[in-house]
Amino acid sequence: MGDVNDMAGTTSRGTVTIETERCKGCELCIPACPPDVLSMSTEVNEIGFRYPELRPGCTGCSACLLVCPDFVFEVYRYETPQQYEVTP
Amino acid sequence: MTRRLMEGSEAMAEAAIAAGCRFFAGYPMTPFTELLEGFAKRLPESGGACINAESELEAVGMAWGAVATGARAATGSTGQGLSLMQESFSEITRAELPLVIFNMARGQGDYYQSTRGGGHGDYRHIVLAPADAQEAVELTQLAFDLADRWRNPVLIYGDYLIAHANESVDITPRTYPPLPPKDWAVDGTLGGSGESRTVNPLGVDKKSLGIDPEGLWNRLQEKHERIECEEVRVETGFTEDAELVVVAFGSVGRFVRHVVREMRADGLKVGFVRPITLWPFPSEAVAAAAHAAGRVAVLEQNAGQMIDDVRLAVLGAAPVVAIGGISTDRSGFGVGDLLNPAAVRGRIEGALSTGGNFR
Amino acid sequence: MSDILPTSAPPSVPAKKIAGFKPDLLMKENHNLCPGCGEPVALRKLLEAIEAVGAQERTIGVIGIGCYTSFGSGIDVDLVQALHGRAPSVATGVKRMRPETLVFTLQGDGDMVNEGLQEVIHTAARGESVTCVLLNNGVFGETGGHMTATTVLGQRTKNSLEGRDAGYHGYPILIGDLLAQLEGTAYAARGSVHDAASVMATGRMLRRALETQEKGLGFSFVEVLTMCPTGWFIPTAEGPDYLDKVMGSVHTVGELKRKAHD
Ligand SMILES: Cc1ncc(C[n+]2csc(CCOP(=O)(O)OP(=O)(O)O)c2C)c(N)n1
Ligand code: SF4
Ligand code: SF4
Ligand code: SF4
Ligand SMILES: [Mg+2]
Repeated sequence: MGDVNDMAGTTSRGTVTIETERCKGCELCIPACPPDVLSMSTEVNEIGFRYPELRPGCTGCSACLLVCPDFVFEVYRYETPQQYEVTP
Repeated sequence: MTRRLMEGSEAMAEAAIAAGCRFFAGYPMTPFTELLEGFAKRLPESGGACINAESELEAVGMAWGAVATGARAATGSTGQGLSLMQESFSEITRAELPLVIFNMARGQGDYYQSTRGGGHGDYRHIVLAPADAQEAVELTQLAFDLADRWRNPVLIYGDYLIAHANESVDITPRTYPPLPPKDWAVDGTLGGSGESRTVNPLGVDKKSLGIDPEGLWNRLQEKHERIECEEVRVETGFTEDAELVVVAFGSVGRFVRHVVREMRADGLKVGFVRPITLWPFPSEAVAAAAHAAGRVAVLEQNAGQMIDDVRLAVLGAAPVVAIGGISTDRSGFGVGDLLNPAAVRGRIEGALSTGGNFR
Repeated sequence: MSDILPTSAPPSVPAKKIAGFKPDLLMKENHNLCPGCGEPVALRKLLEAIEAVGAQERTIGVIGIGCYTSFGSGIDVDLVQALHGRAPSVATGVKRMRPETLVFTLQGDGDMVNEGLQEVIHTAARGESVTCVLLNNGVFGETGGHMTATTVLGQRTKNSLEGRDAGYHGYPILIGDLLAQLEGTAYAARGSVHDAASVMATGRMLRRALETQEKGLGFSFVEVLTMCPTGWFIPTAEGPDYLDKVMGSVHTVGELKRKAHD
């Protein structure tokens, strides 16, 4: 992870729900995310796959949902963008 | 009742349309061609469609799609063309679709193909074998009713004589008892409701993940057992006091019936059994006649196929001899020397006098 | 990691749902296709296109035999399951008897371009008013990664272990280009699902194909290049790049024919 100062006060215009139990760990969503706010977990789900986790900065663009073969994502756009303080 | 002089093929096409057939697809081949021509001429006028398919594979595929929508539909061919269609026939049976199939065969060498099928898996078709044009008309109409009633393909075993002879026929639509609604047929209307349909040969259940082939095949087996109990059709003659009973089907059965009547008039104690359904095979009628007569002869125009079913019916209770054989014209259309009352009589008299194996 | 956001439930502050997990015409999210498979991605866009043209209550699909066959228990429109290769003629029979419906086929390259090639060609030549959708991954995925008629030169499969060789195995068929030449074809396009933009573009092609059918302009066809990491013997994460570079350089993406549209 880069310099934490870059991430302090990151804005999320959107967010996703991640149905991690359905994820098959293919990692297609990771490079698909334009702001690069998805990364694979270190834990595995019930069926033994690592799954994506979300960090602040989501735009609600739906790219992850479009490329995911397993219908793992649901995408929302906030009425007012959310600010996140990033703990160093 | 209005009778008309018609070629058998034309009469069968008319009968199918009178029975509500709205779709036909086929690929030309003698002696099936005229049936296709009959549908091509008459179906569009009656609000249906007849497609000159690019191959028999496509013909049966198109008919498959048409029956899946609930329409009455049919296809057909001759030997080779039906061989091509076998893969689809077995799947269509498993999808429980009421397809009607016209097998305008070249002779009787396709008895196995029709009753066993060249396709894969455990499946059965109801097989109807008319002896003349009038019976072909009646069985054509019955075929559509049986197909819908059982949700199972029905095959009509015709031949060159039936296809091409001009005979006097009556094509008035027959009436049958009411049928169950075709609520399984696809029409698109239930999309998005969670209740949309699937017509498939795999045992797919939209409510679960995956398929249930074992459940489906067991259900089909049970249905086929019921058809065997309920749909046997047979014509018998002079079997009560016969000393020899002759089993024959289709056009050959028509010759045998004629010859047996002549021989009876001459005081010879012969009888006949003519299976009208080749599947389910009239085993009980054959067995009863065999028990009474003590001797059975099978006259079929092939190297010996139906004789297997006759032997299974008789189960060793009486000797069963083959008195038919391969007989065809120079084009291979199945119009051979055996289709002649004198030749048929010669074979039957031979069996009667020698009592042994004719061949 | 403390900056991981909670994502197990919908947001608690006011937010608008942009897109749900699955398309409405899919009955359940779960399926048993492999990780990284491109076929469910294409399926989403097909089902969305059916809704976009407003045909969900008058659509009939005909499915071929391949990995996508398992969608047959999940797609919420009326379906007919066909044999391997035979979907276009089955679709023909359906459409002739129900001209008011929107009829599509869903087939793979093994199904459409190997086993049933003449079916799709004749259906196109007849100008049959149906839409054939091809999921082209260049292999028989379902049997475990064998060469098909669309496998590109040099591509390794279970029966072209050293790569497809023109002299030994012959050349691939560019089916979309072939169908586009036929007079009966009103619309033909080739899309891909290797990234989000191409998935969107594929969705537009599918919609245009269905609109072509709705307008009665003739036969319509969309080929979608899809990843098959299992059949290509590569890690799932490399699938999109392989699809784009190896398959996409031969089966080039774009609209191939658009006859008298609008
Ligand atoms: C007549 C016939 N031959 C072979 C098969 C075996 N088979 C099942 S699926 C398949 C290949 C499917 O390939 P494709 O259509 O490309 O679909 P994919 O699995 O790649 O999605 C084959 C050869 C079959 N079902 N029927
Ligand atoms: S919606 Fe867009 S920004 Fe948000 S996680 Fe998905 S791909 Fe990334
Ligand atoms: S694309 Fe879907 S299945 Fe693949 S890792 Fe991401 S969430 Fe999981
Ligand atoms: S084998 Fe290939 S096409 Fe089949 S499910 Fe797996 S990845 Fe998809
Ligand atoms: Mg494939």
